[in-house]
Amino acid sequence: MKTYFESRFTINRDRNLCINCTSCTRQCTFGVHYYDEKGELKSRDENCVGCQRCVAYCPTGAITIKGNLPEAASNWTREVIRDITAQAENGAVILTGSGTDKPYPIYWDRFLLNASQVTNPSLDPLREPMELDTYLGKKPDRIELSPEGRLITKLAPQVKLKTPIIFSAMSFGAVSLPVQESLARAATQLGTLWNCGEGGLHPGLYQYHENTTVQVASGRFGVSPGYLKKAQVIEIKIGQGAKPGIGGHLPGEKVNAEIAATRMIPEGTDALSPAPHHDIYSIEDLAQLVSALKEATNYEKPISVKIAAVHNSAAIASGIARSGADIITIDGFRGGTGASPKTIRDNVGIPLEFALASVDGRLRQDGLRNKVSIVASGGIRGSADVAKAIALGADAVAIGTAALVALGCQLCQQCHTGRCPWGICTTDPALSRRIDPQKGASRLVNLINAWSIELKEMLGGMGINAVESLRGNRDELRGIELNEKELSILGIRMAGE
Amino acid sequence: MKDIERYQNPYHDEKVHEACAIFGAMAKSGKTFSAEFAIRAMSNMRERGTGLGAGFAVYGLYPEMKDLYAAHVMYLDKAAIESTEEFLSSRFQLVYKEEMPTRKVKAFREPPTFKRYFLGLRDGQIEDESEEDYIVRQVMTINNELAGSYVFSLGRDMGVFKGLGYPEDIAEFFCLENYRGYIWTAHSRFPTNTPGWWGGAHPFSLLDLSVVHNGELSSYGINRRYLEQSGYNFSLKTDTEVVAYAFDLLVRRHHLPPEVAAMALAPPFWDEIDRREAEERSLLLALRQTYSSLLLNGPFAIIIARHGEMIGLTDRTRLRPLIVGRKGDMVFLSSEESAIRLVEPGLEEVFSPCGGEPVISRLGTREAVGGAINC
Repeated sequence: MKTYFESRFTINRDRNLCINCTSCTRQCTFGVHYYDEKGELKSRDENCVGCQRCVAYCPTGAITIKGNLPEAASNWTREVIRDITAQAENGAVILTGSGTDKPYPIYWDRFLLNASQVTNPSLDPLREPMELDTYLGKKPDRIELSPEGRLITKLAPQVKLKTPIIFSAMSFGAVSLPVQESLARAATQLGTLWNCGEGGLHPGLYQYHENTTVQVASGRFGVSPGYLKKAQVIEIKIGQGAKPGIGGHLPGEKVNAEIAATRMIPEGTDALSPAPHHDIYSIEDLAQLVSALKEATNYEKPISVKIAAVHNSAAIASGIARSGADIITIDGFRGGTGASPKTIRDNVGIPLEFALASVDGRLRQDGLRNKVSIVASGGIRGSADVAKAIALGADAVAIGTAALVALGCQLCQQCHTGRCPWGICTTDPALSRRIDPQKGASRLVNLINAWSIELKEMLGGMGINAVESLRGNRDELRGIELNEKELSILGIRMAGE
Repeated sequence: MKDIERYQNPYHDEKVHEACAIFGAMAKSGKTFSAEFAIRAMSNMRERGTGLGAGFAVYGLYPEMKDLYAAHVMYLDKAAIESTEEFLSSRFQLVYKEEMPTRKVKAFREPPTFKRYFLGLRDGQIEDESEEDYIVRQVMTINNELAGSYVFSLGRDMGVFKGLGYPEDIAEFFCLENYRGYIWTAHSRFPTNTPGWWGGAHPFSLLDLSVVHNGELSSYGINRRYLEQSGYNFSLKTDTEVVAYAFDLLVRRHHLPPEVAAMALAPPFWDEIDRREAEERSLLLALRQTYSSLLLNGPFAIIIARHGEMIGLTDRTRLRPLIVGRKGDMVFLSSEESAIRLVEPGLEEVFSPCGGEPVISRLGTREAVGGAINC
C-alpha cells in the first residue's frame, strides 16, 4: 500500500561544515542519515523522530533539525491526521512512549510558594542547619514510655532518605541495564532509593540492595525470596500513571538472554503483565498480598502500593492504608512509560496535583495519614514541583522522566520502538552501551544535589528548617489562575488572600 | 461522615502572627505572691507590645475553691450570657457565679462582660471518657458553637485575665492587685497582620494549662492539620493555639513527661540525634519520626504553665529571646533580662537556655532550673 505519511522534521546539513565523519549515520537508529550508491551523504527526513542525537554527536555542528509542517486546523491537527493515516494503513492500536504531550493544564505552575518577611526570619541554608532527611514508613499514633521513661513503642520499619526525592520504577527491558545501574549507583551515593520496576533485578545490581525498591507486579517477573531480600522497600504495582487500568507487553524480540534470566522467563517469549493482578480482585486480596510479602520478609521491610491517579484515588488510598501497606505511591497522568497505547496515555487518569491533595485530605479525615507515607510521582520537573508536592501532602516525590532527561533523553517519544538513539529505552546491547553507568550516575547525582540545594533555599525562605514542617503545610501555597472549585479541592488559598 | 472541608480545605483565614513580650515568675516553694512582679516586668517591656492584646495567667488563685473548676468567661453580647449559663448548668453543677470585679479604664470604652463560675461535676455526668476530655469538649462547644461567649480558662485553682490593651490596662481593669498566686505568666502582644481582639490575647488556656508565646509558627499549617485529626477545634484566632493543643495532646493524652514533649516540639537536629547514646537516640528517633507534624518550626519562645510546673522553651535555633533568672526558690523567665533585673535586682543566676532545651521549674524541687548556659 502506498503511504501518505508526511515527514515531521526536516534535516538541514551544512555542506561547508560536514566533514563526512559518519557519526550521524552511526548514531541514528532510525536510518535517517545514509550514503547513497554514489557515496553522497543524504537524509530520509520522513524517518526522523526529532531525538536530536545526530545534532548532539555531530562534531562540527553541521546538522540542524526543524519541525516541519504548520498545523492544519484546530480540530484536525497534524498529529490527528498522522494517527488516522497510520491506522488506515495498519489497522492497529497506536503505541507511544514517555508521558502525555497533550496541553492539559500543569497545576504546579499555578501554585506559588511563600517566603518570610520581617515577622519571621528567612534562613540561609549555607549558614544554618537545614534538614531534608525523610523517613518513609508507617508511624504509630503515639509514643508510649515505661514509667522509667524507656521507649516501649516499636516503630514499623522505616527507610531513611537523605533527600525527599527518589527514582521511579523503570524495569530492565523498558530501560537498558546501564540506565538501571546509573540509577542504582546514584541512589546509593545520594542516600535515596531507586526502583527496579517489574522486570526483576539483574544480579549485577544486587550490590546496591541498601537503596533498592523491588516491584511485585501483575506479571510477577523475577519475584523470588532472594529478590525480596535484595530490597529496602517492596512495591506492589497496581497501576501506572501513563496507562492506568492496562497491563504491559514486552515483545519476545526484546527478550534476550539477560532479560529472560532477570525476568525468569524463557528467552524470546513475550513478557505479558496482565491488567490486574489475578490474585487481587478486591481490597481484601491486596491486604493478603501485603501480609504475604511481610511474612516472607520477616516484617523488616515497608510495603509500598503504587496506584495510578484516577477519579476515586482518595477512597482507594484509604482502603490501601487499611490494607496494612506502609507507603502509597500515587502516579499522576503525566507519568512516563516505555510503551502504552497512545489513546490510554493521553486520556486516562487525572492530574497528580488533584489526586495528591484529595488523598492526603481523605487520609487525614479517616485518621489514617500516620499509617502510610505518600510518594507522589508523574511529571515532576524540578525542585519547585518537589516543594509544591510536599506542601500539598507528599512525604517524598519520585522522578522517572526527569532522571532519563538527565541521561540524555530528549522526549522524542520513541521508547516503544526499542530503538532509543540515546541508549536509554532499548534492549539492544549496542545501543545500551551508549550509557556509561559511571557518567550516568554522576549526572543523576548532580541533578538531585542541585534540586536539594534549591529545595533548601525555598524552605529557608519560608523560615522552615526541616522538610517535615512543609509536608502537608498548604498555608505555604497560594494559587493563581485557579477557580473556586479547584482551590477547594487543592485546599489552598488564592494569591492575595 | 466528618466535614471534609475542615480537613481538605482548611483556609486558616483567622490566623494571626505574633511578636511579643513574655514573662513568667514562679515560687517553687508554692508560696503565693502578688501581681506586682508581672505588671512591673511587662511595663518595662512596653515597646514590645502594641496595646493590641495582653494578659496574665495565675496559679494558686482560688485556694478556698480549689476542688472546683473555675471558669473565666467573656461575653461579647449580653444575649450570650443566658444561653451559656444554661449550657454550663446542664453540663456542670454550678456552685457559684459572679460578675468578675473590674474597674473603669480609660483605654476601654465598651469592654465585654466577664463572669466567673465555680463548677463541680455531678455523679454519673461523664460517660465513656476522661474527666479532662469531658471538660475540653465543653470548652470547645462554648467557644465554637455559642456565639458571643468565650471561655478564657476553665481549670482548678487557676485563671486567665486578658484583653485588648497594654498589660497595665488589663491589670488595672481586672483589679489584679487583689490576687495572689505561686505562678504568674504574662504576655503583651504585637500582632502583625490583623487587629487583635479580646479572645485572641494570651495566655491561651486549656484545662489548667496556659501558654504565652512570642513567635510565628511557619509550621502552623501542618501542626493544625495534625491536631485536627485528634479532635482539636481551632477557634481562638492565634497560632498559639497550636502550642497549647500540642502540649495537651503529648502530655495529657499521650502521657509523655514535659521534657519528652519538648523533644517532640523542638527536637534536636538529625545529625545531633545520631551522636547521642543508643537508648536516647532510639527515643529521639522514634519521637521525631512519629511526631514530625508537630515539630514547631519558625521562631518562637514560649512559657507553658500548669499546676506545679512552669516551662520555658525556644525553637531549635533560638530565633526568639528567652532569659532565665533565679533567686532562691524564685524562677523568672522573660523576653528581656532588664525586666527580670528590674523586679529582682539580686539574682543568683541568669542565663539564656539553648535552642530547643526546655527550662522546667517544678514545685517543691530544690535543684536549680535546667538548661545549659552560654549557648
